[in-house]
Amino acid sequence: MAQLAARGRARLAGAPSARELAALSAVGLLLFFGAWYGVAASGWVPTRFLPGPQVVADTIARLAQHPYAGYTIQVHTLASLKRFGLGFVLAAALGVPLGLMMGWYRWLDDLVTPLFESVRFIAPIAWVPFAALWFGTGIGGPTLIIFSGAFPPCLINAYRGARQVDKVLLEAAQTLGAGGLRIIAEVLVPAALPSIVAGLRVSAGLGWQSLIGAELIVVSSGVGYLMVQGQTSLQTPIVMSAMVAIGVIGFVIDVALRALERTVRRSWGDQT
Amino acid sequence: MYRRDTTVAARLGGHRAGVWSRGRGNSRRLAFALAAAVPLLLAWYVLTSVTHTISPGRFPSPHEVFQAALQISRGNGYAGGTMARQVWQSSKLVLMGFAVAAGAGVPLGLLMGWSRRAEALINPAFLLLRPIPPLAWIPLAILWFGLGDVAKIFVIWFAAFVPAVINSHTGVRNVDPTLISAARVHGASPAQVVLHVLVPGALPMIFTGLRLSLQASWTTLVAAELVGALLGLGHVLIVASLDIYPGMILYAMIWVGIMGALMTKALALIEKRAIPWRS
Repeated sequence: MAQLAARGRARLAGAPSARELAALSAVGLLLFFGAWYGVAASGWVPTRFLPGPQVVADTIARLAQHPYAGYTIQVHTLASLKRFGLGFVLAAALGVPLGLMMGWYRWLDDLVTPLFESVRFIAPIAWVPFAALWFGTGIGGPTLIIFSGAFPPCLINAYRGARQVDKVLLEAAQTLGAGGLRIIAEVLVPAALPSIVAGLRVSAGLGWQSLIGAELIVVSSGVGYLMVQGQTSLQTPIVMSAMVAIGVIGFVIDVALRALERTVRRSWGDQT
Repeated sequence: MYRRDTTVAARLGGHRAGVWSRGRGNSRRLAFALAAAVPLLLAWYVLTSVTHTISPGRFPSPHEVFQAALQISRGNGYAGGTMARQVWQSSKLVLMGFAVAAGAGVPLGLLMGWSRRAEALINPAFLLLRPIPPLAWIPLAILWFGLGDVAKIFVIWFAAFVPAVINSHTGVRNVDPTLISAARVHGASPAQVVLHVLVPGALPMIFTGLRLSLQASWTTLVAAELVGALLGLGHVLIVASLDIYPGMILYAMIWVGIMGALMTKALALIEKRAIPWRS
């Protein structure tokens, strides 16, 4: 089947060799950096607004040694990661068990779903004013915003995973006398794990993005704050450096959870 | 690496539309929803207006929200305009940004799915930009384009473009090659294959991508308006926040939810029209 698919695709647009594809990828990268460098160097756009790749790299090196907006870029990054970790762990710790329990206890499902549905469409970032009002702008407020971004995928995927468990397994466990909590712990959790982990990955992405939003608006440290400071003082290189840092961390988080997902899938057998 | 990501997104997106609302009896659910909503609203009223357990500085009473709603719907409104004007401003920008991004993203995704060469050429740059969350483009957008509409459309474009590309790309890749070969055997030209086989085959995934795009557009716009704008729902939120005006904050949040829900429902309706064979 895979072979057939490969042949079909190859026929779609002639059959490019692996070497040709690699060369094209290199050309693509060169074009990207070349265009960036070219436009920056040409003087069409003032360097103030579009610094070249070299300038951004230099700025990152400088930010790593000299504090800007209070701290060096490493300290800002750590502050962001701390908030992210707290919000994400809270979302997973509440969302996953709640989702599983909703999958098992019907009354809970009927009670929570309408509530959840009615706030689901409020963008996480719209919680910023209340987050600041209730928990301040230190650690509590941003955590609430990350939480509101990261919570729904945790809940939805745990619920969905629990609902898709083979009925036979559930009935077998019940026949053998397992109670609700035991069924959740010993049948639903293992069976729903691939779905839960997939949800965690989506949730981490949304949480990281919400964190940046929170930092743009309410806090006084972190990469988002670094970015805003760069923006208000018209320092485009600093803004771009912070964007690079944000991208790199988001990428690392994603790779880590992807690895976790792969491990789970492999040891659980690919069920999807 | 690429494909797994989209299947997760697709599963989440597809799930939202389907399993969640079906699954269990709807009338029972409605009864439960009412049974939960009435005590909740009552508790809200009692705690804020009768016992004053919740201070008005933290969460508004129903009366305050009503007052805020009255204030913003009359005369000059609040934060630069009436609610109708603020909502119109935000929805207009989302639809414009979304249309531009979908118009560019879907064809690009189709092209990348269709041609391995195009994919190899475009993918590296795309993979470099992708980990940067759309919200992180906001400061740069303000530096480049100021506080006006152009900056917002620029940011929404980044938010909506990525899911549109990825899902169209995956959609084309997942089309059964047998169908393509069959069309070829019967003498279809490349253009006919694209138009009559690849696009319809990829359509469900394309719509999944569009739904994710639209949600991302809405979140990003509200964030962009919170950071810097002269009008719009996010602007109302931030002004109300600085004024410590919880009634207005809640009222604006309700509208953020309503508009988000309306746009998602509208897209679902279009999807039903476009892919009648799916449901």
